[in-house]
Amino acid sequence: MNQEQKTLVFTPTPAAPAPIAATGVIHWLRKNLFSSWTNSILTVLCIALLAKGIPPLISWAFIDAVWTGGPEMCTNDGGACWAFIGAKYRILLVGTYPPDLIWRPIASGLLFVGVIAATVSGCCKNRYLIGLWPLLFVIALWLIGGGAGLAEVDQSMWGGLMLSLGLAAVGILLSIPFGILLALGRQSKMVGISTPCIGFIELIRGVPLITILFMASVMMPLFLPEDMQINNLLRVQIGIILFSSAYIAEVVRGGLQAVSSGQTDAAKALGLSKWMVTLFIVLPQALRHVLPALIGRCIALFKDTSLVIIVGLLDFLGMAKAASQDQVWLGHDAEGYAFCAVMYWCICFGMSRYGRSLEKRGPKKNN
Amino acid sequence: MSLTSDLKNQLPVILIQTLVIGVVIYVALQLFYNTQANLEARNIASGFDFMSVEGGLPINDTLLPYEPADTYGYAFLMGALNTIFVSIIAIVLSTILGVIVGCARVSTNWLVAKLGAVYVEILRNIPLLLTLFFCYSVVLVSLPHPRESLVPFEDIFINNRGIFLPRPEFQDGMTWVFVALAVAIAGSIFLFRKSKQLRDATGKGLHTGWISLALCVGLPGLAFLMTGQPITFDMPVLKGFNFKGGMVLRPEFSALLIGLIMYTAAFIGENVRSGIQSVDKGQLDAAKALGLKPSLVMRKVILPQTLRVCIPATTNDYASLVKNSSLAVAIGYPDMVSVGGTIIGQNDQAIEIIGLWMAVYLTINLIISLSMNWFNSKVQVVER
Amino acid sequence: MESQKVVIDVKGLNKWYGDFHVLKNIDLQVRKGERIVICGPSGSGKSTLIRCMNRLEHHQEGTIIVDGTELTGNLKGLEKIRKEVGMVFQNFNLFPHMTVLENLTLAPIWVRKMPKKEAEKIAMHYLGRVRIAEQAKKYPGQLSGGQQQRVAIARALCMNPNILLFDEPTSALDPEMIKEVLDVMIELAEENMTMVCVTHEMGFARTVADRVIFMDYGEIVEQNSPEEFFSNPQYDRTKLFLSQILQH
Repeated sequence: MNQEQKTLVFTPTPAAPAPIAATGVIHWLRKNLFSSWTNSILTVLCIALLAKGIPPLISWAFIDAVWTGGPEMCTNDGGACWAFIGAKYRILLVGTYPPDLIWRPIASGLLFVGVIAATVSGCCKNRYLIGLWPLLFVIALWLIGGGAGLAEVDQSMWGGLMLSLGLAAVGILLSIPFGILLALGRQSKMVGISTPCIGFIELIRGVPLITILFMASVMMPLFLPEDMQINNLLRVQIGIILFSSAYIAEVVRGGLQAVSSGQTDAAKALGLSKWMVTLFIVLPQALRHVLPALIGRCIALFKDTSLVIIVGLLDFLGMAKAASQDQVWLGHDAEGYAFCAVMYWCICFGMSRYGRSLEKRGPKKNN
Repeated sequence: MSLTSDLKNQLPVILIQTLVIGVVIYVALQLFYNTQANLEARNIASGFDFMSVEGGLPINDTLLPYEPADTYGYAFLMGALNTIFVSIIAIVLSTILGVIVGCARVSTNWLVAKLGAVYVEILRNIPLLLTLFFCYSVVLVSLPHPRESLVPFEDIFINNRGIFLPRPEFQDGMTWVFVALAVAIAGSIFLFRKSKQLRDATGKGLHTGWISLALCVGLPGLAFLMTGQPITFDMPVLKGFNFKGGMVLRPEFSALLIGLIMYTAAFIGENVRSGIQSVDKGQLDAAKALGLKPSLVMRKVILPQTLRVCIPATTNDYASLVKNSSLAVAIGYPDMVSVGGTIIGQNDQAIEIIGLWMAVYLTINLIISLSMNWFNSKVQVVER
Repeated sequence: MESQKVVIDVKGLNKWYGDFHVLKNIDLQVRKGERIVICGPSGSGKSTLIRCMNRLEHHQEGTIIVDGTELTGNLKGLEKIRKEVGMVFQNFNLFPHMTVLENLTLAPIWVRKMPKKEAEKIAMHYLGRVRIAEQAKKYPGQLSGGQQQRVAIARALCMNPNILLFDEPTSALDPEMIKEVLDVMIELAEENMTMVCVTHEMGFARTVADRVIFMDYGEIVEQNSPEEFFSNPQYDRTKLFLSQILQH
């Protein structure tokens, strides 16, 4: 037996580059588009579909389109009439708001964008953001509505994208605290509290938003005493808040259930009272957990505000429909709806990207 | 001693509950009194008597025969039936489309996967109402006047009043054709059973798919010919500015159906996609290592596990679809909200109508929940 | 040892994941009845190597010939090979929506086209072999890890394979369950089943293996009989690895 056997040193073989056939364009095409007979047929079908559909769309939307000019420039056949949007963009964005006071919605819009940038970029601490958003709304309300120094603009003149965003934003902002209360109430061990909460949540979630809007718009005047009538916009806003809070309550309930009971045990062991445990330990973790789902609710609510046209409010979509009825510019609903679609898509897609990035960042971060 | 200390502990709890319930009852009573006063002041009737009053509402799209001379109650029923009808068809078709979209999104074909992703991202980020307006104005605007209808096949006319089709009228002999169809279906079921028994016994089954297809087409077809082709068609005929006779799919109905299907399919597609992706990759490995063909792997291993994951989310989507059908009011399809809204416009009895809406929607919701829960419990994976 | 037939013949095997060269010039022959243990640090490519043997992974260069059939993209050849080669996975990969019995009979019925009764007979036989016959009607979710892995072994055996591949079969098990699975594997080895086993269980290697192969950086560093391998490792890498593995 060789006791003094020398240990050999192992030098790994240097890595060789992958063969051309394993990387590069040809390989990618073969792997992703033509890997089997079925796949090849599907690829060909898809390309045929795209070839049939995309060129006419591009020629309608861009090549043959009319970008500026008056209604006489746009004939009904041929390209899109973006001049229509150019003429109507003001009412599409702010409704019948007095044109000379338009700097006020613009100012609110800029503030809005600013606060969104602050939230998304994560530059400011959470506690500031929680105070910043309500502040934004008070200021925006003052700027748009008037009073206390500014000329008043009646709510019947508010419309367009401004109205959609306003309804959605106020709806979310006020339905979150209400929804949290409902969720906590639903979890309560006291039957007297949990039953009305469960009843409310299940009732609202079981019926379409339209019925709630009808309730708010048509039934609420009957519920209130004669001298306490409120305007239509406020009624619809209340309806939206009630509707959204039921859904937020369910989302928060999921979050509350996800917080492990070990947390409450530890907090109680430290001597915190039940309310303090809920407020300082359970709720923050629950909310952090369901932040992406809450963003999802924001997106859904923003889309749902388009329904207010049915109860007589002219929001973004409503304005697009109304504008297309203009006698001078008849027959251009497609352009109006296309403009709406692009704006809605950008806003909703942006929000869903933000939600996805929050999901990826994980429940930690913040503060 | 312990009794009083127990009571002392329970007191705050009891007090709070009493307070909450007291407030709820107080508010409810206030609302009730206000409502009564307001209704009186505005001369609005109460109660459901109006349901038996002749309505005079024109509804041009009903499942059962309807005349404007029918009562409000019957009109409302037509609306409710329309809601249910549209919902059922939309649920079935959007499930099929949703499964296709979901499978497309996980396809190994890059182009197919990307197209699926584009479809889902577009439809999920645009309000359904906008999609409906799009479908409706696209359907309406680009279709020609009845006098210049498109005629893709003989006796089928497409124009801006709808799709006019010949209406089949069944004569006496048709009963035999239906009997033949029933026999064919029964025969197919029997065939599937026999094939399974055969496979259990010998390992080789029959080509049940093709044989049962041949049966279901051939047997009724034979009966049809032998009874002298007992179908006549009521053809749509252009009279003046419109078509008379035949049956029609109105643009409102088509637009609502297409919009609902495309929108809901995007959501169901996402459920299917996350279901398929949630199946562990190791399951694929094990199935492949055992030598199972790809189609068998899908059928026996992947899809059953996908189904179990998808069901809760899809139940939600079905419930949403039924609620979304209420958007019919915006494009003029006479569903329950549409008809109810018209009734409110006529007699101001909003409370009763809204109450009816809620009752019907909650019942439908409950039925969907219960059925899907039953289905779910049947397919759950048994755990420790 | 009499010269047995070569059942797995790997020549010049090279595999890349994208640009990463994961298997470099592997040459390996496995004879019928041989028990091979492959060990090495994580990332050395050992799992990739045996997954190439039943084409769960594709190779870009070189040839793999299993039981006389070359592994290429050809589907017919692939079907033939997968019937003869069974695999046991680290995470068991039992089908959770089927009972234990259905897990075992799925492939015999649908791939070997066996009648159901015959498939069930064979399944019960193998369930008895791995000493778990009483769990036939249970679902995998109701079994412990060790029981599930034994079911997985029985499932592979039901196809009557000539070769069994094991990909770290005990790595996901709690320590007290490792022995029951290793006992089954030792019994199989003693019945002269051709086995290629990626594992860290050196005791198993010492007891049962005909050859131990050490891999690192995608290559075979050295291979030897267990006695030689454990007492006289040739390379520094091997010595380092053994010192780490045999600590506890």
